[in-house]
Amino acid sequence: MLELRNIVFEVPTGKDGEIKRIIDDLSLTIEDDRFTVITGPNGGGKSTLAKLIMGIEQPTSGQILFNGQDITNMPITERAQLGIGYGFQQPARFKGMKVKKLLDIAAGRKLPMLACNEYLQKVGLCSASYLTREVDKSLSGGEVKRIEIATILARDPKLAIYDEPEAGIDLWSFDRLTETFRDIHEARDGRSIVIISHQERIIQLADEIVLLRNGKVAETGTPADLMPKLGFAAKGIGDCPFTQPTVLHLTEIPTTC
Amino acid sequence: MAVDLSPIDESLLAEIAGLHGMPKGAFNIRKDGELLRRSSSAFIDIETKTDNPGIDIRIKPGTKGETIYIPVIVTQSGLKDVVYNTFYIGEDCDVKIIAGCGIHNDSHEASEHDGIHSFYCGKNSRIQYIEKHYGQGEGTGERILNPVTNVYMEEGSSCEMEMVQLRGVTSTTRDTNAELGKGAKLVLIEKLLTHDKQVAVSNMNVQLNGEDSSVRVISRSVAQDDSVQIFNPLVTGNAACRGHVECDAILMGNAKVKAIPGIEAAHEDAMLVHEAAIGKIAGDQITKLMTLGLTSEEAEQEILEDFLN
Repeated sequence: MLELRNIVFEVPTGKDGEIKRIIDDLSLTIEDDRFTVITGPNGGGKSTLAKLIMGIEQPTSGQILFNGQDITNMPITERAQLGIGYGFQQPARFKGMKVKKLLDIAAGRKLPMLACNEYLQKVGLCSASYLTREVDKSLSGGEVKRIEIATILARDPKLAIYDEPEAGIDLWSFDRLTETFRDIHEARDGRSIVIISHQERIIQLADEIVLLRNGKVAETGTPADLMPKLGFAAKGIGDCPFTQPTVLHLTEIPTTC
Repeated sequence: MAVDLSPIDESLLAEIAGLHGMPKGAFNIRKDGELLRRSSSAFIDIETKTDNPGIDIRIKPGTKGETIYIPVIVTQSGLKDVVYNTFYIGEDCDVKIIAGCGIHNDSHEASEHDGIHSFYCGKNSRIQYIEKHYGQGEGTGERILNPVTNVYMEEGSSCEMEMVQLRGVTSTTRDTNAELGKGAKLVLIEKLLTHDKQVAVSNMNVQLNGEDSSVRVISRSVAQDDSVQIFNPLVTGNAACRGHVECDAILMGNAKVKAIPGIEAAHEDAMLVHEAAIGKIAGDQITKLMTLGLTSEEAEQEILEDFLN
């Protein structure tokens, strides 16, 4: 179980020592075996919250507990060893490192080829040849992103946090990925998944949705409760007038100018 | 011929040539400026040069699947060993050559080995050349290696050269020169790690003379502490050819790296590209590996190993 108690995260803006509050006195509990989706507008503090849980950022104040243990000041490595995993929104690339090696590091042991192929299949990379490719710029953005997710699958943490796993992934691979998340969740073996996402199909899988706005939990609830409010069902997000463009016929466009 | 390998000799040979005991087939092991042991094979003849110190290695046309070992070890301080090794590789060969030099110096006097290697690659022959340089010992004496590599490639030949220097060499100036004929393909891979106050200079001059010849120069290096590295690879296209030069360096501590990749085209169909990048280890790489349970030191080590792998 993960408990965030009164978390505040502030950064200096650089102007006259002014500070900006990214996370504002946020408290949240994520139970074991739960599939939680954190959603909300850009700049609302979602990625920051994920980084605070992994230890990549340190809160200005507040407390983070994992299975009852205070991990607020614990370094990233120790949190990883306790069973917290984090899938980066923008994954790092490594010159010279093979995909197989990265998966081995993630798993903490040498993995059999078959197991590696299964992890890759689960993220829609259906070719064993990926294992010997280097995790460098020769891979596309979508490929690196899926390999990033595969490293978390190989690591199999108790609490996995994915920061916008769908970003940069094509529709077909996204289908496969959604199935993978559903499978992990349905296994219900004590593992928790936290996904930061804007994707309706991922949100629908959630046990609980957390709507984050201005660094605060604006609302929480089940998909049934929150989906209509999120605007997906009504498709009326922000009432943008351009969502229904005027149909123009060529004959209506003046040609005299 | 008596063979007396001390534990130091054995460790040096294992480090530079992956040898444990004497190899099979054709080989020539040189220690402290003198021949330690030599063996020719049915298709490969190794003979002492008559003009200069060193050996001529003649590989008969059509020789395939053989590996030749020519490691050099220096354990005497104050020694300057200059050796000329010339390979004459016949047509249609497919061979692997493992060279390298290991210096063990416990003294305050310098030890130096300058190996001048020349390769005459026959038509359609394929050569894989691996050269490892390594230095060890507690002394303050310099461990100096100044290799010169000359490659002359005939029509349709291909050559992959991997030259590695990881740790222990105080000072090195490497000169690599190549001339490529029609359809010849050369891959030059250089991997370098310097530390403390070491200095490494690498000059390359590749002349693409034949139509459809190609070269790839891949240089990966790590400069630590107060070490200095200078790369100066030059590829000249004198025909319709392709050349790609890639220099990548990771900088640590107070080290300095200067990369001056050069390309010169003297033919309208010469396609030459160069890239060079120098920088420290990216923070996001270390963070990622830490989220997989490695400490920052382990992460750094892992990144360097893979980079030089």
